[in-house]
Amino acid sequence: MIPSSNALDRTNYLNCQKGWWSWFWTLDHKRLGLMYLWGVFTMFALGGFFAMMIRVFLMHPETAIWDPAVQLSDQLSKMDLYNRAFTVHGAVMVFLVIIPGIPAALGNFVLPMMLGAKDVAFPRLNRFSFHLWLLGALCFVTTFLVGGLDTGWTFYPTYSTGSAETMAVVFGTLGAFILGFSSIFTGLNFVVTIHKMRAPGMTWFKMPLFLWAIYATAILQILATPVIGISLLLLMVEATLKIGIFTPELGGDPVFFQHLFWFYSHPAVYIMILPAMGVMSELIATFSRKPIFGYKSIAMSSLAIAVISFIVWGHHMFLSGQSTLMSTIFSFLTFAVAIPSAIKVFNWVSTMYKGSISFATPMLYALSIIWLFGVGGLTGLFLSSMGVDIHLHDTYFVVAHFHFVMVGSAIFALIGGVYYWLPKMYGRMPSEKIGRMTWLLNFIGFNLTFLPQFVAGTKGMPRRYFDYDPAFASYNFWSSIGAGFILVGMLLTLFNILGTIRRGRLAPANPWGGVTLEWMTTSPPSEHNFERDPPFAGDPYDVTLVNYKDEQEGFVPAKPLKDDPLIYDYQASLKAGVAHSNLHP
Amino acid sequence: MTPLLAALFQQHISPPYDPLGMFPPAASHNAGYSDWVFYFIFWICLVVMALVCIATLWFAFRYRRSKVGLMPQESPHHSTTLEIVWSVIPSFFLVAMFWYGFKDYEDRRNIPEDAYEVQVYGQKWNWTFTYPNGYVTDELHVPVRENVCLRIEVLDVLHSVFIPAFRVKMDGVPGRYNWLWFHAIQDGTFPMYCAEYCGQQHSQMDARVIVHPSREDFDKWLAKESDWSTLAPEVAGMKTFRVAGCVACHDLETGSNLTGPTLKGKWGTQSQLADGSSVTFDENYLRESILTPNARLAAGFAPNLMPSNFAQTLTDQKINWLIALIKSKGNAQ
Repeated sequence: MIPSSNALDRTNYLNCQKGWWSWFWTLDHKRLGLMYLWGVFTMFALGGFFAMMIRVFLMHPETAIWDPAVQLSDQLSKMDLYNRAFTVHGAVMVFLVIIPGIPAALGNFVLPMMLGAKDVAFPRLNRFSFHLWLLGALCFVTTFLVGGLDTGWTFYPTYSTGSAETMAVVFGTLGAFILGFSSIFTGLNFVVTIHKMRAPGMTWFKMPLFLWAIYATAILQILATPVIGISLLLLMVEATLKIGIFTPELGGDPVFFQHLFWFYSHPAVYIMILPAMGVMSELIATFSRKPIFGYKSIAMSSLAIAVISFIVWGHHMFLSGQSTLMSTIFSFLTFAVAIPSAIKVFNWVSTMYKGSISFATPMLYALSIIWLFGVGGLTGLFLSSMGVDIHLHDTYFVVAHFHFVMVGSAIFALIGGVYYWLPKMYGRMPSEKIGRMTWLLNFIGFNLTFLPQFVAGTKGMPRRYFDYDPAFASYNFWSSIGAGFILVGMLLTLFNILGTIRRGRLAPANPWGGVTLEWMTTSPPSEHNFERDPPFAGDPYDVTLVNYKDEQEGFVPAKPLKDDPLIYDYQASLKAGVAHSNLHP
Repeated sequence: MTPLLAALFQQHISPPYDPLGMFPPAASHNAGYSDWVFYFIFWICLVVMALVCIATLWFAFRYRRSKVGLMPQESPHHSTTLEIVWSVIPSFFLVAMFWYGFKDYEDRRNIPEDAYEVQVYGQKWNWTFTYPNGYVTDELHVPVRENVCLRIEVLDVLHSVFIPAFRVKMDGVPGRYNWLWFHAIQDGTFPMYCAEYCGQQHSQMDARVIVHPSREDFDKWLAKESDWSTLAPEVAGMKTFRVAGCVACHDLETGSNLTGPTLKGKWGTQSQLADGSSVTFDENYLRESILTPNARLAAGFAPNLMPSNFAQTLTDQKINWLIALIKSKGNAQ
């Protein structure tokens, strides 16, 4: 039976215009969101390819250092390849996958609908952001063609300024510079949209928590991103005009670059994790069929994280020679950011209390994030502690820590969010069987990959090492095995998503029981999201507002809302003479 | 409670504390303390993580949809008390973690007055170590139970000195000196790594740290290794030339004048002096110029540029080595 709230057989945003140009030149936030999503997936595959390359290199020690019989000269080209692999892996994953992942892809698709709006405030700016993103991605791809970037994603001078691969460094920094503007414009768009385009009845404290998270993220994007633009520009100015900024021979200071770089890149860590926390809040609430616990605490903690994240950057430089006083202040403030993060986790767990817990695939990702973000967040405490950081800084402990946060939390939230909103995007339901199986593969693989790296780190294995002491062999071996699991899990996840789009079961408007406004329109939505005026927004977490209805194979509003677009009874709405602007079978 | 007491009174050798075997040997006075701070945080996190995970799994099991149905029973969705409890209580633990970490860091930033200083010079992709007597090695030798301070200098790109067994690490930054210090409590050989990415052979930029079982043993090693009496005189002369600092102002290879005159090809020639006369460049003139540089200045050079304390710092033997060196650099023909 076809749920009547499924719009695949009518005009919807996917089929209202045809041809690749209608996609490339679209102003529709949903189409832009989908294009971001596939762009991010493509880049994720690219970054993942290099991740696998790293793990293959590191599976066994090459013993070049430790065994005098091995000729160093035989290893040199492999070392260059390895250094390029980890640089591209880091740069692509950070700038092209995780930063745009949730805010630009899911955010673009969902945000206006959650607000009950037709689009973002500045649709043309939104399209421009996407085109900048494409351009930035192109720059990164160009770096391979002109020799390959080997500076690490951090571009630290004096290595980057003295690098032989000048063109690669120029294209790499140019790419990051352009992507920065894409990020700034998206943030600006979202802030204005959230301020000005909320549905009637949607006060600030009736906004879904995903929007609070995106809002906090957008503020970070607007305020922090210009600084990376400036510092990368200074890097280029120094390289071309020989004005002393970062290199000592010209009178500069390399540590100055680190300050500028981390002034952006630390808030950027929260640009990556805050939206993931927003997705978490939606998933936990929907799949527990309970109002989110501590709504205001979660909303305010997002803002607190955004504010505090601006004043912790110095914890990346405890060992650069910055003064003890500065390190002390940064250490203290870094501990402070743990509180709002912990508040979120405690509230998510409390939300499940006396709920009705579903184990649909998105919820499995959400549940595993409680573990993964817990580990990732708590291991941050070791690194904020100045004395312990002396030993752990720049070791695999750090590598494992930020992968738990950025992959274990942000990427898992992205996948969970994609599964959650996939019915809305394509009007079809993902396969639960494959979804749960691949989740298990990803979860086991992830832990197998990164838990051993913590111990390699405490034992003293430095990061960005092509080769290592055989004492670290077993950790690296299991880590590489785990990476194989993730590879299979991610490929199957991709096939599941593609399979869903091609031949998934038709989805109703609201398959999961969400109360936020994007579930109050057809799956997939029409070009302008809502067929009539924007619906009146109630409490986004009052689950009594929706009831399960068998004919729809999903949830329907308990009582017709004001201006209910009658999406659940299409024939009746035609008879009732409801004007369907873009809706002709 | 011993580690805690040690923490409070610092500066003394902390006993090793590594119940889960996660660390390399604790070979410095503060390694035990540093590990103890790690475990202090670790145990707290373990408890928090266990509580969160047990609650999550229990709620997921107890309130599974197949059991409770679609409509859950009414339950509170806000509690100011809970929010305060789970914000305030962790704060105390966080402050404690901060404080212990701070104590540890501060201890390692305040270099003891009596520390034995070794200069570390890093460049792509090797380390060299210079001892106070000017002797240079590519492995770090230190005495046990002595405060040792490393002065880190790099010229090309960022590097970082990392000795896991001592729990110490410090970046080398072009354009500035950085310091670290430690107090080894165990003799033996330990690895040292470069921890800041520095390009192609970053992972090959390692060195061995050799801790001598006593100061006497270390002194004996250093004296023996830096004793050049068995070397050919001009080789020993070259070492002296570097260590005494002559190399900074005098050229031996190209024949060009630096701050001081070149010494290449001078032997046996007539040297022009500042007062207009000339002198044969021989043993006597050279010795005089080393010990009392202003006595007969070379033409074109100002007085008082050259240190005048070599009478105190150079032995007769070293001067003889220097003479042998400069003699070996030949004359104008």
